[in-house]
Amino acid sequence: MAVTLKTVVLESEKCIGCITCMRRCPTEAIRIENGKAKILYDKCINCGECIRSCKGGAKRPVYDSFDLVASYKYKIALPSPSLFGQFNNLDDPNYVIEGLLALGFDEVFEVGLAAELVTDCTKKLMQEEGLTRPVISTACPAVAELILLKFHELADHMLPVYAPAKIAAKLAKKQALERGIPADDIGIFFISPCPAKVYSLHREEVSNEKYISGVLSQSDIYFRLVEKMNKIKNPRKIGKCGYSGIGWGSSGGESNSLGLGNYIHCSGTRNVLELLKEMGDGKLDGVDFVEMNMCPGGCVGGVLNVENAFIARNRMRQLADKMRIPPATMADYGLDENFFLWDKIPEPSTSFQLDKNRFVAMQKLMKVEEYLKKLPGIDCGACGAPTCRCHAEDVVMNGGTLDCVKLEERK
Amino acid sequence: MEECIRLEYDVDGNNFSSAGNASESVKRTLKQLGVDAASVRRVAIAMYEGEINMVIHAHGGKAIAEIYPERIDIYLKDSGPGIADIDLAMKAGYSTATENIRSLGFGAGMGLPNMKKYSDDMQIDSTVGVGTTVFLRICF
Repeated sequence: MAVTLKTVVLESEKCIGCITCMRRCPTEAIRIENGKAKILYDKCINCGECIRSCKGGAKRPVYDSFDLVASYKYKIALPSPSLFGQFNNLDDPNYVIEGLLALGFDEVFEVGLAAELVTDCTKKLMQEEGLTRPVISTACPAVAELILLKFHELADHMLPVYAPAKIAAKLAKKQALERGIPADDIGIFFISPCPAKVYSLHREEVSNEKYISGVLSQSDIYFRLVEKMNKIKNPRKIGKCGYSGIGWGSSGGESNSLGLGNYIHCSGTRNVLELLKEMGDGKLDGVDFVEMNMCPGGCVGGVLNVENAFIARNRMRQLADKMRIPPATMADYGLDENFFLWDKIPEPSTSFQLDKNRFVAMQKLMKVEEYLKKLPGIDCGACGAPTCRCHAEDVVMNGGTLDCVKLEERK
Repeated sequence: MEECIRLEYDVDGNNFSSAGNASESVKRTLKQLGVDAASVRRVAIAMYEGEINMVIHAHGGKAIAEIYPERIDIYLKDSGPGIADIDLAMKAGYSTATENIRSLGFGAGMGLPNMKKYSDDMQIDSTVGVGTTVFLRICF
């Protein structure tokens, strides 16, 4: 995996070298070196768990600056469903849309609307043969990255369809071009609840074109947006997203919208890891669809949100009750499945392979096993690796000697 | 003798939720060696079924994996009741599991047939009252 973009950086002076983030990282991608946390970017899936768990605020998410918006003549905002759960007493989604227009955007394209179209496309694909079941949703980019990194055996279960934010960008661009707006003038900005979406929208892993001009953070634009929203009275009926689309902001929203009987949804890093393991053992045979979100509660749990995930979920549920618009269909927009399907299949990552050569990899593994017999197996983290196994692997891969406080004690 | 990596696991017969730990560890190892995804999946399913069998029928036992560059040999050894009629046990849908076990979603009579389906070679050596050893070979 060629990593050209970082979505999490360390503010070194704030890091006290505690092992909290290292312990919580679902892919064992953090080490403590010289008293500071270090991210191994080739194993990072941008889930944001380290940002969530850092008590000192030393892990900082990276996203595009709001100032970037002004450099385009025709500015399109793509608000995610979870944004609508961030405001107290919001009884009409159009306040948010009017607020975004007041912030300087020329157009707002709701990602929830794109989500409804993705639902319609997925339903169609599920009716046809050809998808390996259980089909795994790829809407959560951190889950998709996790599968490519650590669960290769499940890669052929991935739904080869763009996530709603990508579809929103693609469709908004198509419509703007059709209205005669010059391509260079169009600036498309997704307002993201999480670093994983910042990362995935800037990369071209599954598509040949990027569509997006920048990815903003919900928390970064929050106060300027609220300021505009407070001045709005009687918003126009601009929003086209209905109850189904906004439901995607919470775990279960996507799978509920498909109208299937035999499906599973789960959220939170530990739960997702467990479920993927069960799937790998063949325990989910017979299940049609699996929706997984790395953030607890779904996208509302992303670290770029302002509000507590469960408070936001409650608000979105109540808001959805008022959004009586039936789900949009591909036919409404003159689209077919080809608009949604990945241009290319992403390559599984080899970051966890000990060596490209099988024989050399076996030699290295034997060395790891030999070291493991010496190490105490208590995974204390004092050496700066999350587990004794990780430490043994680090030493085998990077050289050096075992550095273990327990081994020192025994001497 | 050809060089191999030998991994040994105790399968706890009293703990349903720990069944799968051995196959999980083997799965992780194979991925580190760069074994292709389809083979990893076959190993995982076959070995998991074997572990479950040991828990359901034999109060646990030992799982031994020998990893060679081009294949894996798995030995699942228990000191359980043994299999009286191996041909019958191999029939899809045949099961001696209790109702309690079935209520958990196991005991559908697909364990041994699945192990055979996902492996390239399978041998069962069983003596009633002494125990069972299942040998599985999966080529990458």
